[in-house]
Amino acid sequence: MSSIRKRAASIMHTKIIWPITALAAILLFNLFFVPGFFNIEIKNGHLFGSLIDILNRAAPIMVIAIGMTLVIAKEGIDISVGSVLAIAGAVAISLLGVVPLWLAIVAALIVGVLCGLWNGLLIAYLGIQPMVGTLILMTVGRGIAQLITEGKVLTTDDKAFGFIGKGFFLGLPFSIFIAAFVFLFVLYLKKRTALGLFLEATGTNKISSEYAGVEPRKIYLFVYIVCGLCAAIAGLLVSSNISSADANNAGLWIELDAILAVVIGGTSMRGGRFFLAGTVIGALFIQSLTTTIYSMGVPPERIMVVKAIVVIVVSLMQSDRFRRVFQQKNKQAVAG
Amino acid sequence: MKLNLRINQNNIIILSTLLLIILLYGAGSVLYTGFFTWQVFFNLFIDNAYLIIVATGLAFVIITGGIDLSVASVVAFVSVVSAALLQEGMNAYAVMAICLLIGILFGAAQGYLIQRFDLHPWIVTLAGMFLARGASYFITTQSIVIENATYTAISKFKINLVGSNFISVSVVIALAVVAIAIYVAKYTEFGRAVFAIGGSERSAVLMGLPVPRITVLVYTISGFCSALGGIVFTFYMLSGYNLHLMGMEMDAIAACVIGGILLTGGFGYLVGPLLGVICSGIIQTIVMYQGTLSSWWTKIAVGFLLFLFILLQRVIVIRRQRRRIISHAAGKPAPNGGDRRAPASV
Repeated sequence: MSSIRKRAASIMHTKIIWPITALAAILLFNLFFVPGFFNIEIKNGHLFGSLIDILNRAAPIMVIAIGMTLVIAKEGIDISVGSVLAIAGAVAISLLGVVPLWLAIVAALIVGVLCGLWNGLLIAYLGIQPMVGTLILMTVGRGIAQLITEGKVLTTDDKAFGFIGKGFFLGLPFSIFIAAFVFLFVLYLKKRTALGLFLEATGTNKISSEYAGVEPRKIYLFVYIVCGLCAAIAGLLVSSNISSADANNAGLWIELDAILAVVIGGTSMRGGRFFLAGTVIGALFIQSLTTTIYSMGVPPERIMVVKAIVVIVVSLMQSDRFRRVFQQKNKQAVAG
Repeated sequence: MKLNLRINQNNIIILSTLLLIILLYGAGSVLYTGFFTWQVFFNLFIDNAYLIIVATGLAFVIITGGIDLSVASVVAFVSVVSAALLQEGMNAYAVMAICLLIGILFGAAQGYLIQRFDLHPWIVTLAGMFLARGASYFITTQSIVIENATYTAISKFKINLVGSNFISVSVVIALAVVAIAIYVAKYTEFGRAVFAIGGSERSAVLMGLPVPRITVLVYTISGFCSALGGIVFTFYMLSGYNLHLMGMEMDAIAACVIGGILLTGGFGYLVGPLLGVICSGIIQTIVMYQGTLSSWWTKIAVGFLLFLFILLQRVIVIRRQRRRIISHAAGKPAPNGGDRRAPASV
């Protein structure tokens, strides 16, 4: 009996259990209350259904959230990802007619790297707080994206470009393969390279890692560059999915979704260890939540209220002080 | 009382903001005819009265080292609530009272969560921003026009100054808010405690200051100012719409930064947000007068200013730290380092 308890306790202590429970709960809810949620049909050799839809729509959030995980693990944050997404999408689509496809994609990715480099320089080398440093690009970014699109919503009918966000590969949406590739690549970096070790070390204790010979500044710069690159990849996914670049609305508030995914996934806002798999599941949870609310016929605008409540509940659960209050109450109940 | 007019690191930011305002306004006056008139100057206040109020409330939060991202959503929410209630035929003054109450409760709730459970202010107020935006969708998704007699009368009321040039009631409210804020920050126990918390929360606790109460109060003030800003904004627009002022929280933060409120907390003059708002207002007016520039240039220009002022703040903070280390090493207080938290006279 006690061994089962111990095992249960050890499972409860692993961070990954929370996002999985949340995801399972929302799927279970769908099983009972949303008919046909788990139906998957094959049309034209592709899989169709709510679940596939969730996978497809979660891909941009997932990619951004993976970049954000690295940043948050360094006690940082990047609130400019939505703007970077818009810039990358605008660059790719405005270049499509002029240069070959691969060059447009590379240009968009380079722009993402440059945005990340800018953020990283401000934060790592000038020592500006992360929120404040990325705030600049968040404000200016939309302006730059509008400058590129000249204030219009650019559209494209390029089939090959459309494949990135809309196409199917082996019956599954192609975007999910991109997200999976990003995930596996970062996971490989974390688990198998020295860089991964440095990443975790600087997040856990900056000063001691500096004494150990790791240069925290370079690592900080690196994570912001990765985050910018991830935002650019997500920008390609989003703009290709809707075949257009909208400087004002593309990726609006995706930073909140991404931060939420990271926090649900078990990475603490105070830095330290990070959990990439948790982040991915967190992103899936958020998209499932959104899709569920849609399919229940609730007007989409009200999702914001639900998300706001989820954010508060999750951060309350992570708050030590909140837990202590509850533990005290339990103890009092036992004593009384 | 001797007025200290020497340029030092306490007032360098605010002086550079003033200089910037004069330069920008001068440049506008030289470049465009009709720029250098009283009415254009008054319009800066009329068009931005709500932003002045909101930014001033936000300044208190920033001085304690926190942040409030929910301000713009609260303004939009208040505009929707007042439009909906007025449509129902409620008394205009009762509507204003309800709106202010909503702002106070909303701010206090955020402050409580942040203080009691030690949550990150960015996260809590980000959620608050979503909550307020989403909540206004529950009332309506359309824009409601306000036809209430009291509201239109206040909206159209002109106070003549300097000949036929006028300001609106909102400007008077905004300037009153700024004046009260300056008084509160400088001459009350509460104001001094706000600066103390921003300087170092731990020291403030050790000094016996009621840190929890003041933290909650500060967010309550920000909520109140957002609601008041919402009412003023409703006078200005005469409509309630939940898509009003998307992203205005960034304008408010930018106004505070440009006005010399240190984002790390602990320092700033409460007249700063007003100057910051006027600064971005002038940029907007210049872009408008120029004619061929598109509206997004305002965003880019304000963002660039934001960058410059954040950089300036950073330089000042680094210099202060260096001075503190030197003074520690010398074993005696630095000439100006000891009283750096004291809000010096403007």
